[in-house]
Amino acid sequence: MIPAAFDYEVAESADHAISLLGEHGDDAKLLAGGHSLIPMMRYRLATPSVLVDVGRLDDLRYIRTGNGSVSIGALTRHSELEHSAALAEACPMLASVAALVGDPAVRHRGTLGGTIAHADPASDLPAAVLALGGTIVAQGPGGSREIAATDFFTGYFESVLADDEMITEVRVPAGSGGWNYQKFNRRAQDWAIVGVAVAGGGSGVSLVNMGSTPIRASGVEAALAGGASAADAAAVAADGLEPPDDLNADAEYRSHLARVLTERALNAAGVA
Amino acid sequence: MTAVTLTVNGTERSLDVEPRTLLVHALRDDLGLTGTNVGCDSSSCGACTVLVDGQSAKSCTMFAVQADGADITTIEGVADADGTLHPMQQAFHEHHALQCGYCTPGMVMASISLVEEYPGLDENGVRHGLEGNLCRCTGYQNIVDAVLAAAGSGGD
Repeated sequence: MIPAAFDYEVAESADHAISLLGEHGDDAKLLAGGHSLIPMMRYRLATPSVLVDVGRLDDLRYIRTGNGSVSIGALTRHSELEHSAALAEACPMLASVAALVGDPAVRHRGTLGGTIAHADPASDLPAAVLALGGTIVAQGPGGSREIAATDFFTGYFESVLADDEMITEVRVPAGSGGWNYQKFNRRAQDWAIVGVAVAGGGSGVSLVNMGSTPIRASGVEAALAGGASAADAAAVAADGLEPPDDLNADAEYRSHLARVLTERALNAAGVA
Repeated sequence: MTAVTLTVNGTERSLDVEPRTLLVHALRDDLGLTGTNVGCDSSSCGACTVLVDGQSAKSCTMFAVQADGADITTIEGVADADGTLHPMQQAFHEHHALQCGYCTPGMVMASISLVEEYPGLDENGVRHGLEGNLCRCTGYQNIVDAVLAAAGSGGD
């Protein structure tokens, strides 16, 4: 349970972090809050030879609102999202979902950019950003690019981020619309067995732990756009998906949960 | 080896650590502060909870190098120098909020942070707020009573 040895570099700026990533190649990993990476290193599922610590980049810890959008620095911690009065006003869904991540000690360390870069299909905040129609800002050696959350996640713990890119900011539209987040688990503090995020009164619906990535429930969104009731739209929530089988739930039960939780989330978001 | 300087329980301590040294091992093995326990070793149980810059953190899920320059408080640092217990320790004592005691240092540290972070906690808030700290004796009832008493929210 002791991680493999690695070299440790402290990044002084985002530019410095990117240049260190370029220097060390794909054996290097960014370290932010460490609450996804360190457990994986302890199990030796991850054995990076260099860690670039971006956790001290306080200029990437901010929540800015204005012009119909909310911009959040990548190093902003979950507890900062949870307690931000500005975020509760501008995007209450993101503040509420942040309060459901792990436990208080985890939320004191974990960061928004970190959880998105980690791309765990069972995590809460990536799915929330997806339902909200968010944008990920990534910086690389050639400058910054904006990536729609819908294009960001590509596979199990995989995203379109290049080895020498880092997330610097996450943007979501202001105003969550009618929203709700359903997180189903059996043990306190655990990941969702299945979760459902609804934003914009059903214009954005996403699923947690129903496949290899956070999944936009486009079938549900299309059904609602076509005038379907919440119950009828929720009935297609698991169509075409291949949810995982594990000790918590088999695929069939997860599909059932997705339908039930989608209807609950839609109803709670004001969709009849 | 990497040089780190931590302020632990108010005293500045400098040590050389391998980057992979976890904070809990630096505290226990390098500084001799064995009040912080190692439980699950996987960031689930909270036995290793300490305060980092005033906020609860699981010291098994943080490298000591990440804490360079930080202010760390462990269970050894919460009572007054004359032995007067911290109000949270006193509440645990009065409510018999421990059985085997293994989870107690982490429970006390998490609870100190919890009541600071969430003013006006009710019972449900305490139970949810401590969900990252496991008591394998299942002695939660008295722990919840103690935290409520220390938070000034009742509990008997």
